Amino acid sequence: MAAVGDDRTSTRVELRGVSRSFGRVRAVFDLDFTIEAGEFFSILGPSGCGKTTTLRLIAGLERPDRGTIVIGDDLVAGGQCWVSPERRAVGIVFQDYALFPHLTVAQNVGFGLKGWSRQAIRLRVAELLALVGLEGLDARYPHELSGGQCQRVALARSLAPAPRVMLLDEPFSNLDADLREELRTQTRRILKERGTTTILVTHEQEEAFALSDRVGVLDRGCLQQVGTPPEIYHRPATRFVADFVGKADFVPGVVGSEGVAAAIGTFPLAGPGWEPGRPVELMIRPDDVDFTVDSEGPASISGVRFLGASVLYELTLPGGLKIHSLKSSTRTVAPGTRVRMNIDAAHVIVFPRECADPQGKGATCCPPV
Amino acid sequence: MVRRGGRRPVGAIALPLLIAAMVLYPVLAVASALITPTEAVWQHLWDTVLPLMLANTLVLLVGVGLGTLVLGAGLAWLVTAYEFPGRSAFEWMLLLPMAMPAYVMGFVYMATFDAAGPVQRWLAAWFGGAGWFPAIRSPGGAILVMTLVLYPYVYMLARAGYRAISASSLEAARVLGYGPTRFFFRVAFPLSRPAVAAGVVLALMEAMADFATVRFFNFPTLADGVVRVWHGLMDLRAAGELAGLLAILALAAIMLERSLRGRSRYHEAGGRSPGLPRAQLTGGSKWALTAVCALVVGAAFLIPVAQLAGWAVLEVAHLPVGAGRVYLELAVNSLVLSGLAAAVAVALALILAGGARLGGGKAARGLAMLATTGYAVPGAVFAVGILLTLTPLDHALNRVLERWAGITVGLVLTGSLIGLTYGYVARFLAVAYHSTEAALEKIRPNVTLAARVLGAGPWRVLAQIHLPLAAPGLIGGAALVFVDVMKELPITVMLRPFGYDTLATWVWQMAAESLWTGAALPALAIVVVGLLPVVLLTRAAAGR
Repeated sequence: MAAVGDDRTSTRVELRGVSRSFGRVRAVFDLDFTIEAGEFFSILGPSGCGKTTTLRLIAGLERPDRGTIVIGDDLVAGGQCWVSPERRAVGIVFQDYALFPHLTVAQNVGFGLKGWSRQAIRLRVAELLALVGLEGLDARYPHELSGGQCQRVALARSLAPAPRVMLLDEPFSNLDADLREELRTQTRRILKERGTTTILVTHEQEEAFALSDRVGVLDRGCLQQVGTPPEIYHRPATRFVADFVGKADFVPGVVGSEGVAAAIGTFPLAGPGWEPGRPVELMIRPDDVDFTVDSEGPASISGVRFLGASVLYELTLPGGLKIHSLKSSTRTVAPGTRVRMNIDAAHVIVFPRECADPQGKGATCCPPV
Repeated sequence: MVRRGGRRPVGAIALPLLIAAMVLYPVLAVASALITPTEAVWQHLWDTVLPLMLANTLVLLVGVGLGTLVLGAGLAWLVTAYEFPGRSAFEWMLLLPMAMPAYVMGFVYMATFDAAGPVQRWLAAWFGGAGWFPAIRSPGGAILVMTLVLYPYVYMLARAGYRAISASSLEAARVLGYGPTRFFFRVAFPLSRPAVAAGVVLALMEAMADFATVRFFNFPTLADGVVRVWHGLMDLRAAGELAGLLAILALAAIMLERSLRGRSRYHEAGGRSPGLPRAQLTGGSKWALTAVCALVVGAAFLIPVAQLAGWAVLEVAHLPVGAGRVYLELAVNSLVLSGLAAAVAVALALILAGGARLGGGKAARGLAMLATTGYAVPGAVFAVGILLTLTPLDHALNRVLERWAGITVGLVLTGSLIGLTYGYVARFLAVAYHSTEAALEKIRPNVTLAARVLGAGPWRVLAQIHLPLAAPGLIGGAALVFVDVMKELPITVMLRPFGYDTLATWVWQMAAESLWTGAALPALAIVVVGLLPVVLLTRAAAGR
């Protein structure tokens, strides 16, 4: 158990072969990964991918059907072993915050401090409210708070007993965009300063990338990839990850002796292991695609979407292939302009074409990480 | 720290099972009396009163069913779809007759309109001679009185049903050429038919359970027969067989109600989507609606209450010194009984609702549903069933004590508040259960989980999170049971200890002897207490 009062209790979390089904629905399958002590880790995936179930399994709100979960040096689930949530010394912030509506802010924050003296509780509550910037609101009730304040109380409440692991279940999704940005930064700072191992569940890649040291991408209960944000973005392990994380075009090509040949050019491969003649798809990110205005150019601008700082162009190539390009919005090119495209890719990521179905959701693909 | 999981609390199934058995056993005892009839008794009943009682019961049910349907569904439509002077006040005032037990309304109407009553004497004095006047002591009188006190059930559910209809459906119908009246018959009424029908069935359940009002109006029904046979002949077997017939009717009503309500048990008035816009009426027609509503509220509540108040003033003015103590004793008896039953009912409801949450799962939910069927069973059936169940226990207890201790304790169970409380709780458990269940349902699951993760064990979660959060619902449920028990008559009349009077039994006895002024004060007290649920319902309907 965590030493009470000592906030620097970084702990690693290990999941080994963890599966959980609800009736016939497979919520998570054979999850296998380790979160290092003090790491800020995100579990990213679309709704229904099993990310919340993963969090609940770690918290002890669900029991795995198979596999083991280790927090620090303690086996908390696996075989006949089971540690109930109140004995795991983890903290959790829910999407709806789940504040106790009949208790004041101070009572909420102090709820987990069982066995502390009244004086100690008061000091601890004051310390945490100061940490999250809510000094002076201790006598308020949850219904008298704004959404952002509720979120901060929830964070303070779960931090109060100095949990070994902090679990965040989409805690920013109910907030306005401005506030969300501010609270994300603040939350990460607080948790990193204390060195608390943190697991965030989210469906927004931007949020996962901005906050996390590493990200695990989940699809229909299966872990697709674990890596740092740049790894996930630039070297997606599966077609699903490539599609889900950021915008990408997929261009058919064939593996040749000098790389991959496609209608838009020939590119060196990122890795070995592809026999020549194999049909593949190339992933092209819009930020790798540039163009110059050229009245003789083979491509034309068929769509312009103004995004603020940048503009997303849709280019139509001869033969009808469409590729997207992301450029600064300082100067905007009008639709219909003829252009010449150049792709800036040292090497490209390819996926086998057989496995890639149109939605990017291969029915049976669940490749190892 | 590490323990083996998957443990479910032992009580999660066992306790709800026990409660369901306690509620259903008396009903089954009555049913078994019907299955094994005594030839002689049965023959005698058929030859004498039974055909009339059966016919009367059916006439009453048809009459009250139609009456409450027209009045309840119609008035609900008026206050939902039209704007007229006083509409918003009438919207809640039309619920007021709920506070009036049928037997109170019954005796007030009788006293007012009978041959010796003020209205007929007045008419005679003005027009001279004995002009024709409809006989109030008639089937029509009984049906009228019951319709006036029972229509709010239909009104309430119909109004909730109409409110759930969105404005766009009216607009769509308008564009298709439907006026408001055609819209009501072709769209609004059919849409809310399940809710309206459920309200009518509730009204019928009350009508078939009533024995006092029908007796005032000389219109013996089955429920009246049960009480009459028990009091007159002290024949438990015959009472049991009549009660069995009544139980069959009740069973039919329950099944009808359950199938009608289906999943949409309690309409949440759709706060977000805008409801139907109210049509603005002009000139005479808007005052006509005001007049209709005023007539109903007046006839079903204001005038009877004024009459009661008048009598009560007379009574207080002429009260002999010290006679007030009788009333005090009645009030204390009623308070004690109602409080006791409310406390027990809420405690059992908490066990039933908690059972499903603490791991009892579907089985516990099913048991809770069985345990809460009592609201549909007429009080007379419970009373007879409890007598059939507890009397043998009483006798056995006495035999054992006499043999081994040489003492005679008398009727410990049937002759005390135990039997009475048993009856009340069995009948009104549903009322407490629905409030408790709703209160617990409102506690978001994550709140419980957050408390668990913060280190609180199940008992601390119950004491510090669930109970404080559910307290308003529990108190509300207790208040509803309290009021129902205070108004209850059949169980009280049949199971009360000898010489133990409550406000309700006093009203009944005084009114049966045409001592109107003597009945007025306790009747007024019952009506005032009965306003409590009306206030709660109005606030719930207007609530966020």
